Amino acid sequence: MAVTGLLMLLFLIVHMLGNLKIFFGRTDFDHYAHWLRTIGNPVLHESWYLWIQRFVLVVAVVLHAVSAYQLSRRDLKARPTKYSHHQRAKAGYATHIMRYGGITLALFIVYHILDFTTLTLNRHGVDGAAYDNIVSSFSVWWVTAIYIAAMICLGLHIQHGFWSAAQTLGYNRPSRDRAFKGAATGLAVLLTVGFLIVPVSVLAGLVD
Amino acid sequence: MKLTLRIWRQAGPAEPGRMVAYEVPDANPDMSFLELLDVLNERLTLEGEDPVTFDHDCREGICGSCGVVINGQAHGPRALTTTCQLHVRSFSDGDVIDIEPWRSVAFGVLKDLMVDRSGLDRIIQAGGYISAPTGSAPEAHSTPVPKPIADSAFDNATCIGCGACVAACPNGSAMLFTSAKVAHLNSLPQGAPERASRVLNLVEAMDAEGFGGCTNTGECTNACPKGIPMDSIATLNREYLRASLGRK
Repeated sequence: MAVTGLLMLLFLIVHMLGNLKIFFGRTDFDHYAHWLRTIGNPVLHESWYLWIQRFVLVVAVVLHAVSAYQLSRRDLKARPTKYSHHQRAKAGYATHIMRYGGITLALFIVYHILDFTTLTLNRHGVDGAAYDNIVSSFSVWWVTAIYIAAMICLGLHIQHGFWSAAQTLGYNRPSRDRAFKGAATGLAVLLTVGFLIVPVSVLAGLVD
Repeated sequence: MKLTLRIWRQAGPAEPGRMVAYEVPDANPDMSFLELLDVLNERLTLEGEDPVTFDHDCREGICGSCGVVINGQAHGPRALTTTCQLHVRSFSDGDVIDIEPWRSVAFGVLKDLMVDRSGLDRIIQAGGYISAPTGSAPEAHSTPVPKPIADSAFDNATCIGCGACVAACPNGSAMLFTSAKVAHLNSLPQGAPERASRVLNLVEAMDAEGFGGCTNTGECTNACPKGIPMDSIATLNREYLRASLGRK
């Protein structure tokens, strides 16, 4: 879970930074969206790099989900009788919500792909017109609301997940604990805010 | 002090159990929590009822025998305190206190509050030892150990094997217990010969007992009466990866 999680996290950072290009205007952003399809040219054919990346990400998502399922099954089996007096948790909300947050994110990814990759649910839905497709979706308040909810889930998931990965891979030590916890919170805030700037700006009329 | 104790009563491993309420009208604030149960048991015995079964031995917080979940918290509300070292003064007059056994598929309830913790013993048998020559004790200075490593090893060696980590973990995981053995023995030169096999065998034994997996919730270290830290779990993972990858 740690390795696949970190792989997805790396992708998300690049994805978030790429999204911010929308503030340079339609021409710049659509050109960036087109360039993504030409990465690796001329060694790779048109869009090949993109498909390789998609394949790697799908494998990462599937392995992450399968591990989560196996771990959850094992964990639920290990505590068949619950305490009648509910345990007061020391762990924070981010830790508590990992499973449901993860399921929410999986559903969101499906919605997100139908919205902006296949353009099935997109109101504008013109292939290659990335800028206008984005504006058309985020102009609708409830679409932006879905994205806000999903990105808060993402932030919480990363806040526990990043530090947990440092534990799982054995990188954490007493001297590094605060740094890892700080980095986890920093990454969570950075990605949540970074991703949400775009839909909120569209809804606020700053990007149109 | 007047207290109401709601205690898990279960006649045997295969019997169904339930919470039963008992009034203790004359609890002394200076009693330990186990003495509170003793007082209740004396009355139950006089009344011809079956006394409440619970594990206990040293009653000074070092043997790891006692341990019940009090109001949803392993060893009760006080940090770094075993059940025997918890006092009635930690509660208020008129309180209703829920007392339950450790809950884990690996810890079957034997009777009332007593559970079978031999799973932890089998984990120890799998790797919680060093290969030391018998005979007279070697000269201590012949094997120098840096102070920080000695301190960290000692901190992990304070684990009393009470099982509170398993009881507190929402996944019923014995990761903190097992990691304390790894962080203790694998960091010392005396434990070096079995460094790789120890961690692999301990984890294999832990998994075989049916304990849950670790999701780093940190509930274990919060409940641990000896304060075994979460970074012991990172140490276990690091040692496990190292051993799995075959690095000597």
